[in-house]
Amino acid sequence: MTAVPVPGETPVSPLTKTGAVGEPVSAGSAPSTAFLEVRDLQVHFPTDDGLVKSVDGLSFTLEKGKTLGIVGESGSGKSVTSLGIMGLHRVGQYGRQKAHLSGEIWLNGKELLTADPDEVRRLRGRDMAMIFQDPLSAMHPYFTIGKQISEAYLVHNKVDKKTALKRAVELLDRVGIPEPHKRVDSYPHEFSGGMRQRAMIAMALVNNPELLIADEPTTALDVTVQAQILDLIRDLQKEFGSAVIIITHDLGVVAELADDILVMYGGRCVERGPAEKVFYEPQHPYTWGLLGSMPRIDRDQTERLIPVKGSPPSLISIPSGCAFHPRCPYADVPKGGITRTERPELREVGSRHHSACHMSQEDRTRIWTEEIAPKL
Amino acid sequence: MLAYLIRRIFAVIVMLMVITLVTFGIFFLFPKMIGTDPALYFVGKQSDPASIEGIRQKMGLDDPILVQFGKFVAGLAVGRTYANGSDVTQCAAPCFGYSFKTEQEVWPLLLEWLPVTLALAAGAVVLWVIGGVATGIISALKRGTPLDRSAMGIALGGVSLPIYFTGMLSLALFSDQLGWFDRPDAVFSEDPAAWFNGMVLPWVTLAFLYAAMYARLTRATMLEVLNEDYIRTARAKGLTEPVVIGKHAMRSTMTPILTVLGLDLGALVGGAVLTESTFSLHGLGYNAVKAISDHDLPVILGVTLIAAFFVVLANLVVDLLYAVIDPRVRLS
Repeated sequence: MTAVPVPGETPVSPLTKTGAVGEPVSAGSAPSTAFLEVRDLQVHFPTDDGLVKSVDGLSFTLEKGKTLGIVGESGSGKSVTSLGIMGLHRVGQYGRQKAHLSGEIWLNGKELLTADPDEVRRLRGRDMAMIFQDPLSAMHPYFTIGKQISEAYLVHNKVDKKTALKRAVELLDRVGIPEPHKRVDSYPHEFSGGMRQRAMIAMALVNNPELLIADEPTTALDVTVQAQILDLIRDLQKEFGSAVIIITHDLGVVAELADDILVMYGGRCVERGPAEKVFYEPQHPYTWGLLGSMPRIDRDQTERLIPVKGSPPSLISIPSGCAFHPRCPYADVPKGGITRTERPELREVGSRHHSACHMSQEDRTRIWTEEIAPKL
Repeated sequence: MLAYLIRRIFAVIVMLMVITLVTFGIFFLFPKMIGTDPALYFVGKQSDPASIEGIRQKMGLDDPILVQFGKFVAGLAVGRTYANGSDVTQCAAPCFGYSFKTEQEVWPLLLEWLPVTLALAAGAVVLWVIGGVATGIISALKRGTPLDRSAMGIALGGVSLPIYFTGMLSLALFSDQLGWFDRPDAVFSEDPAAWFNGMVLPWVTLAFLYAAMYARLTRATMLEVLNEDYIRTARAKGLTEPVVIGKHAMRSTMTPILTVLGLDLGALVGGAVLTESTFSLHGLGYNAVKAISDHDLPVILGVTLIAAFFVVLANLVVDLLYAVIDPRVRLS
């Protein structure tokens, strides 16, 4: 049972406990004018141990030609968000434990959560496509690369197999695979890791999707290959003009590609803004932690990396108030009477820059400039 | 590929030789060690010492065991002449010797019994593959629902209940009580319809056991495959669910099923002992049991070798098929 609002009614989720968080949220269920807009998305999984709130109120927008980097540690809800946009939580839910989705996902003026699942299926692979983390396990071991790419083309286009295979060769050539007319008959295990990810990208781009979601596209690859793949994604984005969401735990990757950055923690957005703002004037202690734990070549090597202490929160019992407060080094900074059980909402801290932190902007700016930035 | 095939076939021959040696050893050396005489089994209990000695000479039972084995293998390949003075018997290749009990040549007997077992196995395999795999897939797709639970409950019963129980029960109920099916007495060449009618219960009984195992295997494999990343990729491409399940998931699910199927079938062709005994089908399994109680060593040896041959052959076929199904398996 997915919590899908009845069309024509105001979508009110039975699971919604808080109101819509942060901008940009239009009133009610007014159609979105943005290319992609996610409004108060919640993805919950009922399990024997309790309700897992993988995504618990997430909102953002993305325009065509732009890249959004979603950053966070494992279990912060990054991948669940992307699968939610693709509508992949609503298919293949065999058995009794099904994902509960609520909120709104607008793509090109169409709301996806209330749309007919088959309509969303037709968008999948054609208007929105996805690149997965590990291309070896994400490709079927028994089918050739060419078959797997052309299959994605065949399902959305009325062409014969030969034309589709030609298209596959074309795409393999475009993503930089040598001798594509030969390699099209290879199996995934015959490719190297980088080649497989290129083939995966070719598969995603075969229908010129307007939205491309790359879920940790370089995590499984050698460092030398990572840069090539990122370059490829950037080039292809310019060429195709798609909107791109890069999901990663690697700030280096988003620094390379993203226009905007969204930092997730415990299924919620804790900071969101233009990439340079989030990098150079971060306004959330968790973002500071991420930056502090990132290895950098220009850092003094005698200094140790500063890890974020503690471990990610349990998504079954997310800490009350700010989900990050048990790990926050600044939890004791006076916050003008705000109690710990009060949840911080996303507030504007600069132009298009939002942070969900109870600390006053003065405190945050002081701590960043005096304590954190000098150590980075 | 060809080199691999030749190497595998050579290995099969060696393996069959070893199996022959071991079986031969067990059946002809062991009686000697515990002080009984194979010749006694042949001539029967009331024979005089002279005829026993004659048989011993003719069968070469006094020869060293390795010589006996050599003669036996040579007999398989080119035939064999048993001679004791003027008493000469010609046994054409492949010569498995003579039944101690009926004094018939073993090979023609095997040829007579094999079709019965083959017919039983062939009918059952069709039923159990269709029934078991379909049940397994539906169960996997309906995981946790009452349908899944009851199907798996029945499957657990099917795996646990012995054939002589389900077989007897089905005979009593469907044949004796309800009269829907006959006991399998009819001969195919005489009355195909009656033969078919009589085979229904043996087929279903045997298939039920295997269908239960295959349903469980299919369900478990399918659930595992459905969790694979490439299934998610297939959905992300916008493929419809029937294509995702029927093509992408099924292809991977069938691999382990085919492996087990090959081995099961190989073992079954060697004799479905319990089913044949329960339904009095005179196939390899039924006669193997009979031969054991009759101490009919050449027949036991013959049935064992036929069974071993099919098991080894099935292994080879499965290995070759595996390379066809899974491109990651390289035959080199």
